[in-house]
Amino acid sequence: MAEPDSTGGAAVSGTTSAGVPVGLEPDQPPAPRRRRGLAPYVLLAPSVVYLVVFFIVPLLQGLRLAFTGTGGQWGLATVHQLLNDPGFWSSVWNTLIMLAIILPVQLILALAMSLLVNSRLRGSAFWFYVYMLPLGISDLTSGIIWYSIFTQQGWLNSVLQDLGLIHHPFIWLSYQHQLLIIATIVVAEAWRSTSIIVIILVGGLQAIPKEYSEAADVFYASPWQKLWHVTLPLLRPTLRTALILRTVLAFEVFATVIALAGSSLSVLATKANNAYTQYQEPHLAAAYGILIMLLSLVSTALFLVMLPVRTEQLQ
Amino acid sequence: MRARALGKYAGAVILAVWVLFPMYLLTAGAFSTQSSVYQYPKSLWPDWSAGTMSFFWDSTGVPAALGRSVIVAAITVVLSMLIGTPAGYAIARFRFRGRYAYQTSIVSTRAFPVVVLSIPLAVFFLQWGIYDTVWAVALMHTALVLPFVVLITSSVLAGVPVDLEEAAQVFGCSRPGAFWRVVMPLALPGLAAAASFAVLMSYNEVFAASILTVERPTLPALVLNALSASPDPYKFAAAWLLMIPTFVFIFIMRRYILGFGVGR
Repeated sequence: MAEPDSTGGAAVSGTTSAGVPVGLEPDQPPAPRRRRGLAPYVLLAPSVVYLVVFFIVPLLQGLRLAFTGTGGQWGLATVHQLLNDPGFWSSVWNTLIMLAIILPVQLILALAMSLLVNSRLRGSAFWFYVYMLPLGISDLTSGIIWYSIFTQQGWLNSVLQDLGLIHHPFIWLSYQHQLLIIATIVVAEAWRSTSIIVIILVGGLQAIPKEYSEAADVFYASPWQKLWHVTLPLLRPTLRTALILRTVLAFEVFATVIALAGSSLSVLATKANNAYTQYQEPHLAAAYGILIMLLSLVSTALFLVMLPVRTEQLQ
Repeated sequence: MRARALGKYAGAVILAVWVLFPMYLLTAGAFSTQSSVYQYPKSLWPDWSAGTMSFFWDSTGVPAALGRSVIVAAITVVLSMLIGTPAGYAIARFRFRGRYAYQTSIVSTRAFPVVVLSIPLAVFFLQWGIYDTVWAVALMHTALVLPFVVLITSSVLAGVPVDLEEAAQVFGCSRPGAFWRVVMPLALPGLAAAASFAVLMSYNEVFAASILTVERPTLPALVLNALSASPDPYKFAAAWLLMIPTFVFIFIMRRYILGFGVGR
């Protein structure tokens, strides 16, 4: 049936045990047959060296930048500067409000797409390809696309005026309506990054044994009952993975905001970029970066604690 | 039952329109006369023309920036595949001490956003004298892409039956020879998918590129810097040029996409 079923399954079957959200949980060894030796370490060495030099060292350097002042002395001077940076708190709030709206919106959208892809739909390979297209589109491009729709003389106003619903162009992207701008950013983000959530959810759906659904059919469960009482509970570990990923991505939203809002609204990532490129303040910029990282780690931990997954659900 | 199937198709079509229609609108903006870009209300079928596109192409630094984007993506693909594929092979074929720890750390790199890495790296690259070069951006992009390449190639290579490789060795192939002659041809589409992913991620990446370049930006960085000062036709043409590779590379990747899991 579905192309993603047969092929994606084949590509991952070796490493992913059923039900484990692809990627975020390391898989069990697929019973490789080779004896232990030096070979695997030699093969891994280049990647380890590379990630130490270009991942771990910059991370430590980022911490050092954030906790030293411009003179190089250790202390909380940069943290103070961060907390008193004009627009700091509004960027925090904007990021959090955006996150709060985008989580449910995108989850529902992604769930709809993945249930459709996973159902016996003719041409499901085609639908899957279409739904995956935004995966290859940058946040900058998506921001410009939605700017062309929401700008004063843009597509949305054109259509509304043609339909006679408005008589003057409505200003969607006004700095006076911050919530409206956030809403347009949410739309652009929902359009662009739903595909990655779909990948995770389809992976989870395909790992659910067909017997559960068949059992529900025996008891004449309606499609909604099946979704609510069978599919969603079984999908819980996958949903958790999707929520974590979506949250981490939301803290990094950057070019979409610049394309849609210009300088009339800031989020944490745009503040970090501005601090470096406009104000030449690497310490402050690094402090923003570390804050984004901390928020990502804390929210990941929160999801792991708040949505515990019983071990039998993982089987 | 028929009604339900119809409902499904209607849903699938609506969602496809939701994905595709904004892409059409961008195309209409990028391939119409400049005057029809400013026209209001706009017509959904504009005056098609290459005027907007050629205006963008003739703007300062655009061809050079596109060239740099291509070079950066090429270096990123070569580096990340050369470094990542052996690691993927090790995970797919060997059981060894530290395997789980390695995989866990590879996966957890996802929690560290590009924002955290690119600013300290900018400081390093200034010291090393490669700041504002294609190498600076490519080295950063390779660090971002590498964990994904390792995960994708390991799942692709695990899908190639180990028996075939052993059979080749029985018939006299060395281990590298068996990999090259037996595993590679079978894994090629999957490895191409991993490479496509690296290309897309590098070609699209804008935050690090804008931090790590000043005079010699990649295309997204150039467009981002010019955004507040540029007219709408410039923006639409730029976005179209940034959008178009997705159609090709997602097509190459489509069979393997579900194995990505932690993609972007």
